[in-house]
Amino acid sequence: MYDAPRSTENTVSTEDIKFECTDCQVYYGDNHAIKDVSVKIEDKTVTAFIGPSGCGKSTFLRCLNRMNDTIDVARIEGSFLLDGQDIYDRKVDPVQLRAKVGMVFQKPNPFPKSIYDNIAYGPRIHGLARSKADLDEIVEKSLRRGAIWDEVKDRLHAPGTGLSGGQQQRLCIARAIATEPEVLLMDEPCSALDPIATAQVEELIDELRAQYSVVIVTHSMQQAARVSQKTAFFHLGNLVEYDETSKIFTNPEDPRTESYITGRIG
Amino acid sequence: MPLLWLFLIVLAIAAAGFVLGRGRALASAGGDARALHSLPGYYGWNVALKAMVPGFGLLIVWLLAQPLYVGSTVSSMIPDSAIKDGASRSLLMAEVRRTADGLDAAVAQDLITARDAADPDADIAALTDKLKEAGQIVTAEITQPVLTAAQRYRDLNAKGAFAMLIAVVAVALAGAFYGVNEARAEFRARNVVENGVRALLIAAASVAILTTLGIVLSLVFNTVEFFRLYPASNFFFGTSWAPSFSGRGGASDLGVLPLLWGTFYISIVALAVAVPIGLFAAIYLSEYAGPKVRAVAKPLLEVLAGIPTIVYGLFALLTVGPLLVSVFGDEGLGWMQAGTAVMTAGLVMGIMLIPFVSSLSDDIINAVPQAMRDGSYGLGATQSETIRQVVLPAALPGIVGAILLAASRAIGETMIVVLGAGAAARLSLNPFEAMTTVTAKIVSQLTGDADFASPEALVAFALGMTLFVLTLGLNVFALYIVRKYREQYE
Repeated sequence: MYDAPRSTENTVSTEDIKFECTDCQVYYGDNHAIKDVSVKIEDKTVTAFIGPSGCGKSTFLRCLNRMNDTIDVARIEGSFLLDGQDIYDRKVDPVQLRAKVGMVFQKPNPFPKSIYDNIAYGPRIHGLARSKADLDEIVEKSLRRGAIWDEVKDRLHAPGTGLSGGQQQRLCIARAIATEPEVLLMDEPCSALDPIATAQVEELIDELRAQYSVVIVTHSMQQAARVSQKTAFFHLGNLVEYDETSKIFTNPEDPRTESYITGRIG
Repeated sequence: MPLLWLFLIVLAIAAAGFVLGRGRALASAGGDARALHSLPGYYGWNVALKAMVPGFGLLIVWLLAQPLYVGSTVSSMIPDSAIKDGASRSLLMAEVRRTADGLDAAVAQDLITARDAADPDADIAALTDKLKEAGQIVTAEITQPVLTAAQRYRDLNAKGAFAMLIAVVAVALAGAFYGVNEARAEFRARNVVENGVRALLIAAASVAILTTLGIVLSLVFNTVEFFRLYPASNFFFGTSWAPSFSGRGGASDLGVLPLLWGTFYISIVALAVAVPIGLFAAIYLSEYAGPKVRAVAKPLLEVLAGIPTIVYGLFALLTVGPLLVSVFGDEGLGWMQAGTAVMTAGLVMGIMLIPFVSSLSDDIINAVPQAMRDGSYGLGATQSETIRQVVLPAALPGIVGAILLAASRAIGETMIVVLGAGAAARLSLNPFEAMTTVTAKIVSQLTGDADFASPEALVAFALGMTLFVLTLGLNVFALYIVRKYREQYE
């Protein structure tokens, strides 16, 4: 078994680690979906998970904010430390955790509400705004950071579902940012978008790196190479290789990684 | 049962045609089904359809036309002089038909011979006695013209039935023959059968629509008749409902307002019970309950919808009414005089409506995409926050539709009202008083010896029309709401 964390220890200083996952196992019923995965995700970095379909990268991502809790048959073992605190500890409320670890989904899923209410949803349920003016400010700031403010500022009260696919996805990213998360998980955020919208979202991800730790699952190796600093390659539930993106794409250590990025497996 | 036999004969011809057509088509392709245009079965069905459609079509037309033809022929036979003063030709024709039926029954019981029954010179007095002996009620002494007409009537009917047998069988055979003849490899039997299926479906849809139309028309004509006898303004704006059956005619007060108020009041109470309970049950079942609980609880809840409303009525009369009286009656708070009240009927009707609201809402809530819930959970919302702020708004149009459908059920409900709410038409705000609804009054106006020319009976049609327009409006509104807001989520 390839021991991923050890290989990265010399390049990462410990105080920048956001997530530290050790010996993680995930079972869906009898299916062992994630096997002995250990990974350290750094703060203020874009980490990409790549790998063929069904390799477990989305499953692992969903473990990071306990979204798998909603699936009855899923069983999770191992330790997931967020800033040193085990997120599967009994004392941790998954609802609070998800406010800290935001998530953007594969398909844009704006709520059937106005653009304003979509963004204000998170701040409202977490009581982040003291007044209406405060909320207006949060909405504007989030929309600006989501790189969509200029397109929607004149129709904040139009339904969010009326936007184009790319705009909807940026709205969903802005919505996730509005709750001030520390980590942003993105599950193939561009797979339903056209190339122009994809470019806008990628640019946005690059900007988000300044404040958040971003973890992105992607099928596109070009996208992983463009936006990420660290890349993890998953194959059949195993973490095969985890290293600097430039190293993974130019000089992978594992033959399976090389086969995948050159298109021979997957 | 000659009709049943005829039916079976046509079916047998069709079945034989099926086998023949199928075999002939196969033979024309040299036994290789791949060389046929359609599957062999389609050639068989083509023949069967060509035998059945004309056969049954002719049968139906004949059955409709024969009584008309026989009736008019026999009727024109009766001389005007035979019609008594004060009697009409149609009354005499009814007597002719009764006599003919009596003769049929007497022959069937072997009391008289077929020859005697058809004998134009038969002794009328003896024949009348024999008919009375046969248990056939003969109101008056049979007269000569009536007997002649009755005999002619029987004769024509017998001949008609025989001719029908021949004609239907001939048409079915001709159709089958034509179909068998068509069964060659290049014939497009599948397309013909496809058209046949389409015609069948169109016919079924037309029957439903035409029946609705017929019901509406019968309501409209009788309503117009009612408004000719009773001023429309008194009906729509009258605040008193006091029909009189003593034959004084104009002495009745037939104002619809107390009835509409009762309908409205009871429906509101029912919805106030059904909507929260049904909606919460639906939310529990669709969002919180595990698959096992759901598999048991949902069918159990739907059992409520299968209980006949008269049973709910009994429940209202025997259980809920006395229970309410013991709390709100003279021994308790003193608001309630008797068990029958708006509250009693409303509560029980609400229980009846719970499955309507919950079942429809449950389906609608389940149709909200999981992505909506994931999005909300991903932002750190709890389950109830997600339901309240994301799932319910997305499902709202459908839920409103479900509630409006339940409302139109409530408005149309009769038995619970008859047993639970009493029969007094009253304009009152006290929910513990007896009131009644439009439907319950329709029943009471038409039961017993109703004279269909009096406004007291015809008002039932005007009430029915009012109710129909109300529920139709509500249903259209419900559909409009559902359609208008449906595109808000995928």
